Amino acid sequence: MSDELIARVTQVIARTQHIAPETVTIDSTFEELKIDSLDGINILFAIESEFDVDIPDDAARQIRTVRAMVEGIDKLLAAKA
Amino acid sequence: MTRRVAVTGIGVISAFGRGRPVFWDALRAGRTAIRPMTLVPEGSFRFANAAEVPGYRAADYFDEKEAGFLDRFAQFALIAAREAVADAAIEFDFALRENTAIVTGSCVGGQNTQDEGFHGLYALNNTRFAPLSIPKVMANAGASRISLEYGITGPVYTVSTACSSANHAIGQAFWMVRSGAAEAAIAGGSEAPFSLGLLKAWEAMRVVSPDTCRPFSRDRHGLILGEGGAMLVLEPLERAVARGAHIWGEIAGFGMSSDAHHLTQPSAAGAAKAMRAALTDAGIGAKEIGYINAHGTGTQSNDLTETEAIGAIFGADRIPVSSTKSLHGHALGAAGAIEAAATLFAIHEGILPPTANFTEPDPACDLDVIPNTTRAAVVQYALSNSFAFGGLNAVLVFARVDH
Repeated sequence: MSDELIARVTQVIARTQHIAPETVTIDSTFEELKIDSLDGINILFAIESEFDVDIPDDAARQIRTVRAMVEGIDKLLAAKA
Repeated sequence: MTRRVAVTGIGVISAFGRGRPVFWDALRAGRTAIRPMTLVPEGSFRFANAAEVPGYRAADYFDEKEAGFLDRFAQFALIAAREAVADAAIEFDFALRENTAIVTGSCVGGQNTQDEGFHGLYALNNTRFAPLSIPKVMANAGASRISLEYGITGPVYTVSTACSSANHAIGQAFWMVRSGAAEAAIAGGSEAPFSLGLLKAWEAMRVVSPDTCRPFSRDRHGLILGEGGAMLVLEPLERAVARGAHIWGEIAGFGMSSDAHHLTQPSAAGAAKAMRAALTDAGIGAKEIGYINAHGTGTQSNDLTETEAIGAIFGADRIPVSSTKSLHGHALGAAGAIEAAATLFAIHEGILPPTANFTEPDPACDLDVIPNTTRAAVVQYALSNSFAFGGLNAVLVFARVDH
């Protein structure tokens, strides 16, 4: 889980959620960031575009923190490589 | 003036195929019509199954020119209306034509036509758009075409409130006939959502099940999209009896509400408010309800919230509840109309259709969901729920008419 990956994910979340980038950290929960279900699918869509990956529905349902999101992307990118 | 309102005609084109009788047979058998999708390229989605009208060919219902003027969703509206009017054996003489209402529901209108046109522009570099596109795409195309068919010149319009469209449409028509604002009505909904563009948008919502629709099951994974149309003929009970019409049932009440809560997350308070309003409008208490046709989409949040709302109204009473979306799919703006037909089936035939594909109970959805097999029951009053994205709720009360 590289710093670069964390930075890219937090930036996508901040941009999609229209919040200041520094408010999103690896330890943020979606609840803290006021990300509800509709925001969540919007962020997943943006993340899929950013990393050119396909996030399955089942995996998507489990993601409630920034860390879980970064770890999930890490796995998807590793599988793609 | 307050009159009782009878349903004397039902028309249905659904994932079970053509006509009310096949719909009745499928409900009686508790058979699901969820199958692999055929209308869009295979393998292009995270989901593979849907509830399409099987083997539909416009040529079976319309001549070539007529079919060319109507998007698939408007064809479904007209097919269902023709069956309902024939079933009611109602004669639209001059006076009745002047005073009949038509209210239809549709969520997305003629978007197959729109999708095809946009594909032509963006992908095929066409510089022109087919001239019939505007009247084919408009959501009122079905209502207008039904009006032309019978020469009906009363109040005719279309309601678009996502998945509550048809319940809002039927409720408005019911109120018009009850109050005397209309002497009869054709009301229902139709939808044909299977275009690549719209299905991709549904995929992005992440609410479509990868396998099937299992409302209220612990392992439910979302809804299954469906298509079709259903129409009812409504008229004053007194006149229906006087002319010796067959009466499928009565519409006894209608209630609606808005959650004012969230664009897509449902609210139990909003759903309960609409159910309560429908009971009040019918002038009956919760204890008189013998069956609920649930909105029951099979998504995590709808089924949880609807359970909570039913609990708020019915308390510890274990009212039989089923989601027939597990049988005929979620036909969006037509859903309430198809489910109105299913609810009329239940009260007319004395058979409650099941919640199909049910695997294991969810303690958070602790309802009597009539799992997998039909149940015989005499029901005097039944509710049919529709709760839409955007937080708009519409609930109908149906009643049995002894004859």
